Amino acid sequence: MPQSADNVIDHEMLFREPEYQELFRNKKEQFEFNHSDARVQEIRDWTKTEDYKEQNFAREALTINPAKACQPLGAVYVANGFQGTLPFVHGSQGCVAYYRSHFSRHFKEPTSCVSSSMTEDAAVFGGLNNMIDGLANAYNLYKPEMIAVSTTCMAEVIGDDLDAFIKNAKQKGSIPEDFDVPFSHTPAFVGSHVTGYDNALLGVLKHFWDGKAKTTEPLVRVPNDSINFIGGFDGFVVGNMPEIRRIFDMFEVDYTMLCDPSAVWNTPTDGEFRMYDGGTTKEEVERALHAKATIVFQEYSSEKTIKYLQEKGQEVVVLNAPVGVAGTDQFVMALSRLTGKPVPQQLELERGRLVDAIADSQAHLHGKRYALYGDPDQMLGYTQFLLELGAEPAHVLSTNGGKDWAEKVQALFDASPFGKGCKVYPKRDLWHMRSLLFTEPVDFMIGNTYGKYLERDTGTPLIRLVFPIFDRHHYHRFPTWGYEGGMRLLVMLLDEYFEALDANTNVPGQTDYSFDIIR
Amino acid sequence: MSVTTEEQKAANKALIDEVLKAYPEKTAKKRTKHLGTYEGGKPDCGVKSNIKSLPGVMTIRGCAYAGSKGVVWGPIKDMIHISHGPVGCGQYSWGSRRNYYIGTTGVDTFVTMQFTSDFQEKDIVFGGDKKLDKIIDEIQQLFPLNKGISVQSECPIGLIGDDIEAVSKKKSKQYDGHTIVPVRCEGFRGVSQSLGHHIANDAIRDWVFEGDTRKEHEFESTPYDVAIIGDYNIGGDAWSSRILLEEIGLRVIAQWSGDGTIAELENTPKAKLNVLHCYRSMNYISRHMEEKYGIPWVEYNFFGPTMIEKSLREIASHFDDTIKANAEKVIARYRPMVDAVIARYKPRLDAKKVMLFVGGLRPRHVIGAYEDLGMEVVGTGYEFGHNDDYQRTTHYIKDGTLIYDDVTGYEFERFVEKVQPDLVGSGIKEKYVFQKMGVPFRQMHSWDYSGPYHGYDGFAIFARDMDMAINSPVWSLTKAPWRQAA
Repeated sequence: MPQSADNVIDHEMLFREPEYQELFRNKKEQFEFNHSDARVQEIRDWTKTEDYKEQNFAREALTINPAKACQPLGAVYVANGFQGTLPFVHGSQGCVAYYRSHFSRHFKEPTSCVSSSMTEDAAVFGGLNNMIDGLANAYNLYKPEMIAVSTTCMAEVIGDDLDAFIKNAKQKGSIPEDFDVPFSHTPAFVGSHVTGYDNALLGVLKHFWDGKAKTTEPLVRVPNDSINFIGGFDGFVVGNMPEIRRIFDMFEVDYTMLCDPSAVWNTPTDGEFRMYDGGTTKEEVERALHAKATIVFQEYSSEKTIKYLQEKGQEVVVLNAPVGVAGTDQFVMALSRLTGKPVPQQLELERGRLVDAIADSQAHLHGKRYALYGDPDQMLGYTQFLLELGAEPAHVLSTNGGKDWAEKVQALFDASPFGKGCKVYPKRDLWHMRSLLFTEPVDFMIGNTYGKYLERDTGTPLIRLVFPIFDRHHYHRFPTWGYEGGMRLLVMLLDEYFEALDANTNVPGQTDYSFDIIR
Repeated sequence: MSVTTEEQKAANKALIDEVLKAYPEKTAKKRTKHLGTYEGGKPDCGVKSNIKSLPGVMTIRGCAYAGSKGVVWGPIKDMIHISHGPVGCGQYSWGSRRNYYIGTTGVDTFVTMQFTSDFQEKDIVFGGDKKLDKIIDEIQQLFPLNKGISVQSECPIGLIGDDIEAVSKKKSKQYDGHTIVPVRCEGFRGVSQSLGHHIANDAIRDWVFEGDTRKEHEFESTPYDVAIIGDYNIGGDAWSSRILLEEIGLRVIAQWSGDGTIAELENTPKAKLNVLHCYRSMNYISRHMEEKYGIPWVEYNFFGPTMIEKSLREIASHFDDTIKANAEKVIARYRPMVDAVIARYKPRLDAKKVMLFVGGLRPRHVIGAYEDLGMEVVGTGYEFGHNDDYQRTTHYIKDGTLIYDDVTGYEFERFVEKVQPDLVGSGIKEKYVFQKMGVPFRQMHSWDYSGPYHGYDGFAIFARDMDMAINSPVWSLTKAPWRQAA
């Protein structure tokens, strides 16, 4: 009997006890009717080969372990970035349970969101009644200042018309006529969560700038000197948004953060649950029209929004999640140019400290090979950072990055001697990555929690710098953007390097001559 | 200060009335039927259940796909389960249920992988059958050791008129009778996960038991053959249950479906008795096996020593005296460990009040385990229970217990605020809401990444976990000292 009151053993060790090991053995031998161990080993070895990789890369229909989610997830993210806003997803209710769980597992925070709970009858007759009742219920129960509507694939397949439905609901008295309900169609079978971010943000901007779905006069742009910032879908938003604000504050510039969920996913435990906290206000959204320029930090999260902003007459500075020294320089210089102000001394100091840290440590990262996967912009930013450290981003993969993204990554490779021999993989998944890690091994991998399966199978140490991160806590609280964020990224890379080095040199009397206390 | 049952009932009624005021009239009228107080001696809990959730209220429920892929099929380890449709459903449910298993993932075992047809617009417009056909080819090529494939339909499949049954039959024939199971678990079907369980059970009946693809496995029956039904091996629950059944001399020929194989499913009709843990999700197949193969089934409860002892005796009663005697021996053998666990934790947990809101069997099944530790469950409700669940619940709860079916975010928050339990047991979506409020919380779907909670080994962990939740020093820190009343 392994368990005792004095020493309660968890699952980790409990099932290694002889009683359970015997149980597993018997179950396998008598009842499972598995393939033989030899056959399993044979296939396992085959999956590591060039031959397997070729067949794996020839896949045309099957996706295995993708690194992307669906549009409405991005839409729910966006709704969370506006003050007092309740995300409302029109369609099947199970989807909403999934978005809420997904975000809560990453941020370790509540995520409020309602569904219109469409079922079979709505599939036949449309979801109008669900919209009418849903808006009334949500409005009365959760007292939002605004409800941001998006759609699941069910509502999209049957072709529900959000604009008409919302107007109809207002006529039926579900919500006041002048209550703000920006909306966006976010079909799960188009693009990914970053597309959903784009559509939902565009929905909010259009609502406020273009006359609230033809119910008021469109706003007239009167350009001023303020600057907008759009961050894009970002798993580190809780740390990044305050950092970006700090940088804007240093420039002493008038600015507007469009979509900032960093407060609602960072509320205190003090006895009160805050369903809403922080976020961009309606007034700020309206004011943002007049900005002279918008900095879009992640292009692929805002492709349609960028065009819309340009049509409005704003200058749009489009970035690809630039991080590290040169990346942050790009952002900071854009800010300096737009404001006509010199880069603040404090920022220059922070830059110098990051360069100092890199100079101290670069020898450990020089020439190290990395595999990385994630959202397209983030991959561009990380690739650039690795190259400036003298490391090699050997495999850069994105499930939701396309051909033009791949060209941008290639351009980064081409601009650096460390990019030679590095390869970019658009529209690929983590099962492709698995083959790559076997046939062309690297030293480290940068990815999300799902990368731990690759770490287990291939022995490549994983650095968790991509959404979602479920199995490590609080990473999202620290910035990865700005020079300060660059410091965090550097330390993450170094920590993993040193951990791996120590783990590889700790056998007493055999390898521990290299078990140095000074590195 | 103790409250009488009548006072409790009056307080519950006032609370429910208060909460209902927030709703529009039409909605309040519907919600009122789902909220109530258990009247001792009544045959059910006095609430309506298994009815559509209302739009916009923040139901905690999921969908049929979650019930089929997430619960019933997903844990079957040597099959590949395709999330058929857009990418999201498979992504959000990937590896999140902690269905433990032994096997080489990606080679002969596939539970913690996300296979999806990743539907694009053209698949919606032109249909996805051809893509599915090709996907099955690619699976057969890259995963030659898979023992079967299931097609888990997401919403669009049923809406665009795809014929996944025809594709499955065709490909099964092409691959020499390979098991390929189409499952019509589109998320819009039914009112919750529950219909997904039913559809998944029916698919096993029609495509595993009845289909042309059923395989025969060399098998010698014994009089002591049982199958564990409705244990998904969350954190190893089925293992810490199986070990007890084996200890009393039974032979567990199958696990449904945690750590289970397709061969185990196929062999189950040879069992002498099906032992059913999660009634809600697998009563259908148990009833089917009873009708078709004459296999009796018995419900059991392996949460906490009181229920474990009762269940071991109940299960043993279906067998000969040797097994009955063994059951007593096993109960006696574990008693000192259990007593020590209770001696250690009961003083720290005695009289603590618990509110539950979970799915499946847990809103009733775990109550005994809490009571073994001296705790009291003052409120409970089912995410997707039916009336037969609420009937069964009456055997567990006290007169005056607050009952909430398909509770909404708003209701749950108000109830907890007012009742002020010492612990809430619910899911990930609820966890942080209540912790912010300063209320200790344990996830009772995933065991908050702990477990197992089943069996004697699990009870020790359960007791330790409840203690660490309730008696954590952090709860004394939620109010800043300068905010605390003098």
